[in-house]
Amino acid sequence: MRVLLVEDDREAALYLSKALAESGHSVKIAHDGEEGLEFARSKEHDVLIVDRMLPRLDGLAMIETLRTEAIGVPVLILSALGEVDDRVKGLKAGGDDYLTKPYAFTELLARVEALHRRDSFEQGQTGYQVGDLVLDRLTRQVVRRDRNILLQPREFRLLEYLMRHAGQVVTRTMLLENVWHYHFDPQTNVIDVHISRLRAKIDKNFDTALLKTIRGAGYMIRDDT
Amino acid sequence: MVFAVLFAAAATLVIVYISWNSNRVLEGRLKQTILAETLGLAEQYRSGGVTKLAKIINRRIITPSNTLYLVTDGDGGWIAGNVKALTRELWDAQGRVEFAYQRNGARGREMRHAVARIYRLAKGYRLMVGRDVEDQRQFTQIIRNAVLSGLAFMVLVGLGGGWLVSRDLLRRIDGGTRTSRVIMAGDMSQRVPIDGSGDEFDRLAINLNAMLERIEQLMNGLREVSDNIAHDLKTPLSRMRNRVETALRDKSRVDCREVLEKTIEESDELIRTFNALLSIARLEARSNSNNFALNDLQELVSGVAELYEPLAEQNNMQLVMKSGPSANINVDRQLLGQAIANLIENALKYGGSDASSSGAKNGRGKLTIEAGLWPSGKSDDKQSAFFIVVSDEGEGIAKKDIELAMKRFGRLEKSRSKPGTGLGLSLVSAVAKLHGGTLSLDDNQPGLVARLVIPFDKDEFAQSGQTPI
Repeated sequence: MRVLLVEDDREAALYLSKALAESGHSVKIAHDGEEGLEFARSKEHDVLIVDRMLPRLDGLAMIETLRTEAIGVPVLILSALGEVDDRVKGLKAGGDDYLTKPYAFTELLARVEALHRRDSFEQGQTGYQVGDLVLDRLTRQVVRRDRNILLQPREFRLLEYLMRHAGQVVTRTMLLENVWHYHFDPQTNVIDVHISRLRAKIDKNFDTALLKTIRGAGYMIRDDT
Repeated sequence: MVFAVLFAAAATLVIVYISWNSNRVLEGRLKQTILAETLGLAEQYRSGGVTKLAKIINRRIITPSNTLYLVTDGDGGWIAGNVKALTRELWDAQGRVEFAYQRNGARGREMRHAVARIYRLAKGYRLMVGRDVEDQRQFTQIIRNAVLSGLAFMVLVGLGGGWLVSRDLLRRIDGGTRTSRVIMAGDMSQRVPIDGSGDEFDRLAINLNAMLERIEQLMNGLREVSDNIAHDLKTPLSRMRNRVETALRDKSRVDCREVLEKTIEESDELIRTFNALLSIARLEARSNSNNFALNDLQELVSGVAELYEPLAEQNNMQLVMKSGPSANINVDRQLLGQAIANLIENALKYGGSDASSSGAKNGRGKLTIEAGLWPSGKSDDKQSAFFIVVSDEGEGIAKKDIELAMKRFGRLEKSRSKPGTGLGLSLVSAVAKLHGGTLSLDDNQPGLVARLVIPFDKDEFAQSGQTPI
């Protein structure tokens, strides 16, 4: 994945590009909004990571300009402003996701990969399959090895999100935001309990576990066989 | 002082104008009277000469009046009239004259003033027609004296009164000035003096004092918060530093992973505390959120309850949802959701089975979430409120500690060992205030009951029917 990172703090940019490179992505750095806009116009990048406050051209203004030029590359906004208001403003300007500083790198990586995947994801897709687990979005049925699995509506949405991002790390915050639509940070392991319930239904009586816990990051659904 | 001078000048001007005008009017009338007299006498003189004139005059002076007559021959000899003779100056004069004369009055001979006209008749004869103006003169004199002394009195009273009033005003303003100086110097406990008269100055002082009271409260709150920040942020920071320092000093330890992991954990906790603090500060600073939208509150509450239901079960607690009628109200979904989540997390944390509560003895502790309309949803009252009540059967909070529990960083001693920022309830309280509502804590006997009440105007928001329980 080719990432364009627009960040004026050189140390943070260096750290982030190093970490992204270690995860197998190629990174180009722009140090201000004007430069970022210039690089983004080349349309060589799969995902943009844009700091909100940038010299010369503000991050939000830069994204707005890109959108008016019909450049639809997915954008993750990084910001020290974490209030819901700021988030709404960022998404209104054309950002696709919003992450508050300071963040865990695993969180950023998971989100960037999810944005990339979403870009290549077909909207009309009616179901997903991971190994022998099949989810049908139309009939809302989940089947594993010819066995019907009954899920609560919320469990279904949770599994749907995980399967849409199969092979990718999905963080707890991403689940809370995308499955429950809450943007606050719970102080308890509330998501873990939902995951273990789901796990009991889809993995418990089968020999291979599809839903994996990625330590220090989140969860991933993947067929390793 | 300036006012006194201006006032005196204006009064003098008015008085001068009045006296000048009235003098002119009196003078005019006097002239008219004398002329009228003269015209009558001139008629007689033309028809009958001096003899007739004298006869008429003698007839007229029988009735005593203030009119003076005198007819003399060419040598100044008296022919007729109520005046004896003319002085030298008057003999030569002609037209209007003013003079003093003597006459027998009630108190012997007296000097009086008169105004007259002197006409020269044939053969050096003189006719004088005059009028006594002594009464008028005296009257004018009295008025003038009265006005002058009155003016002097008024100026005195004005000056004295002005001095008294301004001295009082200055004294009271000085009181305020002194207080504000002391406050500027740093003593927030000072108050503007009140004399209890209830006048404008008192009311101003009372308002100023109320304002000072509020500022002092805020300052104290700020001081308390910064003290707490110092404690709650510095403690983990120094812990973190010590750990890293120890790891660095210990040269034999090649693998620092464990230390680093602990450090990240600790810094995450710090970030969480910091975020909560910022959220509360921003909530308290604004009066409205940009993200207010109509939300079905019952749905919002049950959504959050559903999120925590598995966690409650894992904690060996039974989450019971009691839903009353719902309402569509303008709220910030994220903030209110977080507030409800905080209340539930609190109940899970402190109302759990590890506490020696009666609920635990019976097996599972109960966590009850009740939401509905108050008053009961049927009232004709325009004002209504949506309530969210979260209650547990844990240890609860002693009455005396309830205030402390709502404070920022207000963690009770026994809860210090549990993880948490100590900001949960402060955030709930701030969210409640942003929505015009309140948060109150009470004894659930046993356990804690937290009531979040969001008022709304019935006219503004339509009720969205009953939600099945």
